[in-house]
Amino acid sequence: MRTGVFHENFGSEERLWNSATARVWMVVFIVVLFTMPLWGSDYVLAIACIMGIHLVATLGLNLTTGNAGLISLSHAAFLGVGCYATSWLARHGVPFFFALPVAGLLAALLGVVVGLPSLRVKGLYLAIATLAAHFILTFIFREWDSVTGGVPGTTIARAKLFGFELIGDRHNFYIIFICALVLGIAARNLARTHIGRAFVAVRDRDISAEILGVHLLRTKLTAFAIGAFYAGVAGGLLGYFYGSITPEYFTLTLAVFYLAAIIVGGLGTVLGSILGAVFMAFVPEVLRLVAQASAQWFPGVAALLLPMGQVVFGLLIITFLILEPHGLAAIWARVRRYFHIWPFRT
Amino acid sequence: MSEFLEYSLLGLLSGGVMALIALSFVLIYKGTGVVNFAVGEVMMLGAYLYYAGVVTFKLSPWLAFAGALAAIAVLAVIVERLVLRPLSGQSAVSVLMATIGMASIIHGGVEAVWGGDTYTTPGLIPRTPINMGDILIPGAVLGNFALASVLICAFIVFFRYSRTGITLRATASDPVTAATLGININYAQRITWALSSLVGTVAGVLIASSAGLSPLLAGTALGVLGAIVLGGLDSILGAIVASLIVGLVEALAAGYLGGKTRDLVPYVVVLAMLVVKPYGLFGTRTIERL
Repeated sequence: MRTGVFHENFGSEERLWNSATARVWMVVFIVVLFTMPLWGSDYVLAIACIMGIHLVATLGLNLTTGNAGLISLSHAAFLGVGCYATSWLARHGVPFFFALPVAGLLAALLGVVVGLPSLRVKGLYLAIATLAAHFILTFIFREWDSVTGGVPGTTIARAKLFGFELIGDRHNFYIIFICALVLGIAARNLARTHIGRAFVAVRDRDISAEILGVHLLRTKLTAFAIGAFYAGVAGGLLGYFYGSITPEYFTLTLAVFYLAAIIVGGLGTVLGSILGAVFMAFVPEVLRLVAQASAQWFPGVAALLLPMGQVVFGLLIITFLILEPHGLAAIWARVRRYFHIWPFRT
Repeated sequence: MSEFLEYSLLGLLSGGVMALIALSFVLIYKGTGVVNFAVGEVMMLGAYLYYAGVVTFKLSPWLAFAGALAAIAVLAVIVERLVLRPLSGQSAVSVLMATIGMASIIHGGVEAVWGGDTYTTPGLIPRTPINMGDILIPGAVLGNFALASVLICAFIVFFRYSRTGITLRATASDPVTAATLGININYAQRITWALSSLVGTVAGVLIASSAGLSPLLAGTALGVLGAIVLGGLDSILGAIVASLIVGLVEALAAGYLGGKTRDLVPYVVVLAMLVVKPYGLFGTRTIERL
């Protein structure tokens, strides 16, 4: 019977996966995912790709909002920045493994600019500032025709590796999967460095953190920059995945979608980001299936899909905030604990 | 010169309706310490209910207006009980996220029921334009401004002199002391939500009857955020003055720089203001202690 994890030194406590069982399961999970293009159907792969992209973006927002406590409504716009940056770079022949980090860095730079008011204001004011940034950025997406293609949108050249074009979900899956894995481990690692601890200190009480010697401006801007970097990479992946993009994609609804993902998943944990992104990626699919199934009784139900999605996102946010503020990650932890100490009860 | 006058006058007049929306934000911020991101959606829902009353149920405009107000007030009380009461005591950010969730629900619901088309709404106010020399002022704009000003004055009087108004102000400034003095805080918050939603509905109906009714209406309220940040989140006077300023700047920008910039003005104002003077022109500067 396992009753808990017993640490004898700091090294073991700081491990990413703190038991041998967890490490084995992690490896099995990654191998299963890695072989997915070999056995998965087209539909499964498409969903997996979308999930991976959502996961990268959610990880970023969870670092900014969950770990550092800085609410950001401009995440969808950062995704757009990353996407258009990759599109522009791809048009000029830059390979994808170079274009993706550059897109991320550009988004991070903008994240710093948007985060600048966060030194003087926080909480509600910050939400307003990031909202304003969202509208300004999406305005630029619509109007800067030479780079973004304006309202009709633009195309993104396929990613190329050693002269081979990476076409279709089966190839793109590997790019997305590797990015998600690397960035996920990076997020997990970040939480145990001095930067990650500074984030949490700032979130819990920023004045106390400052007294303890945490540089507030630097920490807050880092949080914004890292979150935006993740969003930029996710946007780049999105570009390679879809091949073409319009400003219509980067709406406020998308920003609310990611906010819902971190609340549903669990604020401030990588596991929360994963559960939230997977769960939220399923929501539109389930809605679509329900619509297909009920189409014979309610013709015209397909037109209701988008608005119903909004209703469901909103309901999820409110339900989780009231009933389970720590999200699916907390439910997961409860279930695990129940089985670990069975037949005893907590 | 007359061009400039016309733009400024139109801007100031539309600023009057913006002041109503700003009032809706400020009431809730003062009363509960939350910026309600669902103001735009409540406004839109109210306008759609009014539309349904007039066109679908063939009621007279004023009856439909009263019906919409009643429905929104009931809804606000229900939302306060189901969503905000359980979250009281939580951080402002989680309540804020809940209002974003609410906005998403209402927006999706309205689009599911009425679709994304633009409807023309029968107006409450006659639309005869008014000539002032060589300046032409649309009647609806002037009427909206007049109605908005009357309502805002009524609110100021209500807050200053009525018993309920004083109760609400007491709760807003210090809930714990207010409770010690025997004020029912839950009741005060319920009233605050209801009042704010009512003001939002009036603004929604006014805008819909002059500019048409579509889900885009909700975005108008997000634009007003610029005004309330400029004026200071917790100042009614600030909200009014700032709305007039933002309305003026918007109209001038739209007139001289092209219509598209109108969407951008409030947000640029917000960012500039938050960097330069985050508590606004009239807002209270809060000092935090450990």
